[in-house]
Amino acid sequence: MPVTVKTFTSSHDAAAALSSDRSARYLGGGTLVMRALNEGDISISTIVRASDHAMTRIDATGSRITLGAGVTFARILAERELGFLHAPARSIGGPAVRNMGTVGGNLFAPMPYGDFTVAMLALDAVVSVQGGLGGREIPLDEFLQTRDRQTGALVLAISFARPGSADAFRYRKIARIKPKGGAVITLAAHLPINGSRIVGARVALGSMAPTPIRARAAERALEGRSLDASTINAAAAAAVEGTSPGDNALASAWYRREIVGVHLRRLLSGQE
Amino acid sequence: MAKTALQFQHNGRDVAIFVDGGTNLLVALRELIGDMTPKFGCGQGGCGTCSVLIDGEIHLSCLTLAETVAGRSVETLDGIKDGPNLHPLQRAFADNFAAQCGYCTPGMLMAAKALLDRNPQPSRAEVVEAISGNICRCTGYEPIINAVLAAASGGRARA
Amino acid sequence: MLELRKDLFADERDDNLKEIGKGTQRQDMLGHVTGTSPYFDDHKLQGMLHLKVVRSAHAHARLRRIDTSEAERSQGVRRVIRASDVPRNLNTLLSLINFGKDDEPSLAVDKVRYKGEPIVAIVADSPREAYEAIAKVKIDYEVLPAVFDVEDALKPGAPVVNEVYPKNTFTYHETYDHQQLRFGDADRALASADHVLEQRYQMSPIEHAPTETNGSIAAPDTNGRYIVYTSTQALFFSVDTCAKILDVPSNTFHFIGGTVGGGFGGKVDTLTEPLCILGAMLTGRPVRYVFGREEEMQYGPPRGAERIYIKDGVMRDGRVVARKVRAYFDSGAYTRLSSYAAVKCAAHLPGPYTIPNVYGDVYCVFTNRTPATAMRGFGVTAMDFAIECQMDKLAHLVGMDPMEFRILNAYRDGDMKAHRREAKNTALIECVQVAAEKAKWPIRDEFKRMSSRKDGGGSRAAVTPTPRETHAPLAAPPQQRTTYDRAPAATREPPPPPPSSPPPSPPPRPSSPSHGATRFSSVFGTRRR
Repeated sequence: MPVTVKTFTSSHDAAAALSSDRSARYLGGGTLVMRALNEGDISISTIVRASDHAMTRIDATGSRITLGAGVTFARILAERELGFLHAPARSIGGPAVRNMGTVGGNLFAPMPYGDFTVAMLALDAVVSVQGGLGGREIPLDEFLQTRDRQTGALVLAISFARPGSADAFRYRKIARIKPKGGAVITLAAHLPINGSRIVGARVALGSMAPTPIRARAAERALEGRSLDASTINAAAAAAVEGTSPGDNALASAWYRREIVGVHLRRLLSGQE
Repeated sequence: MAKTALQFQHNGRDVAIFVDGGTNLLVALRELIGDMTPKFGCGQGGCGTCSVLIDGEIHLSCLTLAETVAGRSVETLDGIKDGPNLHPLQRAFADNFAAQCGYCTPGMLMAAKALLDRNPQPSRAEVVEAISGNICRCTGYEPIINAVLAAASGGRARA
Repeated sequence: MLELRKDLFADERDDNLKEIGKGTQRQDMLGHVTGTSPYFDDHKLQGMLHLKVVRSAHAHARLRRIDTSEAERSQGVRRVIRASDVPRNLNTLLSLINFGKDDEPSLAVDKVRYKGEPIVAIVADSPREAYEAIAKVKIDYEVLPAVFDVEDALKPGAPVVNEVYPKNTFTYHETYDHQQLRFGDADRALASADHVLEQRYQMSPIEHAPTETNGSIAAPDTNGRYIVYTSTQALFFSVDTCAKILDVPSNTFHFIGGTVGGGFGGKVDTLTEPLCILGAMLTGRPVRYVFGREEEMQYGPPRGAERIYIKDGVMRDGRVVARKVRAYFDSGAYTRLSSYAAVKCAAHLPGPYTIPNVYGDVYCVFTNRTPATAMRGFGVTAMDFAIECQMDKLAHLVGMDPMEFRILNAYRDGDMKAHRREAKNTALIECVQVAAEKAKWPIRDEFKRMSSRKDGGGSRAAVTPTPRETHAPLAAPPQQRTTYDRAPAATREPPPPPPSSPPPSPPPRPSSPSHGATRFSSVFGTRRR
């Protein structure tokens, strides 16, 4: 079957087309869907596109930030209000990939990709999804656990609260090639401080499981404490708990388990 | 097989082609327009040798659905010369031995042009960042970086 | 930046040359910077079809049944090519120089020997239609035990990878299952050495990962011939290989190549041309067969894996007196060029050092891995890695500086090398001296004064009595001196008296090439020329 391209002006219509056809995929920046077609993936026979401007909107004026699913990493890098997200955006691909790849597509990027989603997960982001029957909001954590079943739904946007301070959000990607390369592992942490205590600690890891995951044991080690050496040690020691990394050409599962605590310690202690 | 009509600007010239569903821009440029300057290296977004400028921004043509460039401007290595005269970047690549097998060269030149068009006097770090999506397997990055810097310091980099 | 050290060996060189030492523009540079250099894929031909292959899902399996009936009916399919369609479906690359037995089919016949081995080829109007047809080919596999480790492959009872070589080793001169080097008495020297160090080294396969993937386009020409655009690094080799496999005279083909988008050795295996041309022959249309990136990385031949054991004897004063090496080349499922790599490896032993007792066994082993091929110094690279790691460890063992240790053991003009050739035009000492200077690595004055041209030969040219093994060694051939060889230094000691027991004595040197001299080739053995 040849490939059919369906372009809609409304995201609602695009979502309906997507949910009614098992062989349909939504085309965002092309870095996943076009790649699959180039590699001979014949399970895709319909490409769905939407030219809905809402999907490329950035709302970063208030305390709650919303990024349309079609927002590219290059646009995030051009947005001064989103300075705290420049590190994760810049860690993805080269300039061409950043001009193409989108926030929404990144939610579906398999390991060792999907670095931006790790940042989103640490920010407790919520995904706006348009299904065949209607729209709903899904916490990103839950969305990722059911990701394989989400290809029939259309992601419209992702939203999250702006971190309280520049220091509260931290991000680190470990790659063998600099400045560009697939991740050995990716780490992001959101550490809101109330008084001198961390309240609502979030630690997210990439390439430590089939999808980005939260390091809940490390979060527990941080919660309610001040960010001192003993807290950092406890969090670093707990980083590997609950992870299930795999082997790939960039690193073995063993190596990933060995280094995740080391890099979490560096992230938390502000080391380069 | 149903084909879709597609019009866009190719190196400043209006072109019209019919594409099959799912055709990527690299195939459209090479097989339908006959512009062989962008190359296939991976089809995955990993090598950068298919790089072209779309409305002045660097893109990977192998990952671009051809239909998405309707009405837009696509620039390839084939369009950067000024008649018989090489673009300053092309001259600098030649003078600095910045090509060995030549297969990454089209993508490197387009990535460099995207940089110099916006930033005529880049730092070395900015050049490295600009070509970071382009792989050279003959491992000639140093001469390539030197060539881009030489083209920039020549002050003639703006096309 | 490049620096030419013309002070070294200045008297041996005429610097008044027109080209050498002068910067010259590449003849292909203008094409490269304008994107007009003609790579194989830069040819759009009218009515071109696309060929894709069905690859084995298993590393080792018997093919019980291949059903292509549904694929043949698939939309856009022009031809399904099966093993029986290939005129001579068994080849080995070096058969063109009568080296090795035909061991590899273009399309697998009764069994597959590595994951990704081609089984069926589909020729279709578009790549998409070829992929759709591939999904409709039904293959019934009987999965067999596989072997992925060179030493496991040599154990009794190991799965036989390739029935052409039932011992899982390449056969040299129709007799030997490995390459041997015997020079002096390594066991005796090890027994009397002050220190003995035995280590294991290994190297994984390395993919060349050229930016341009392997591929070719074949098209019927106007005169009954076929025009073939190819990425090959070995154009004439590829012509003859195709002529053999397709069983036609080589002038059936007009090959066009030479512009290669990165090769590094990975484009010498004639991977795509035979099926591509066969597709053109069977459909009468231009056919394009190009590897995708995944195919290139997974099934394109890599530099083969190697495992190397080195056992060295060293004296307290730093002299290496014995080196015993056992090396295994992982050829993968088929020979390709690894048989030759093992020959090169044996010829390279014991590295650029004068060691009076050397013992080497080098095996070319078959496993169920992707067949290996050439890559930048293959046969020597991993061995040099192992040898140089070993040299550092030996220097540490005897408490010597690693640079001085290498200078001390480096071969010099007039020394006898382990394969019974006089060392000529040596320069390792000077290389190490310059490297030390550049790295600001302190070496003592006496080592700075040492020279490749001084103090070689003499006792260092002697061949230590070598114990005979079961088969008679081949006679040492005469060695020719050419006008390019450095002249023997005037101050050199006279050659040593012949050793007492029956050695292959250093040969007399004819002043000019003499026809009819016996030549030794590791590939062909001894022959007249």
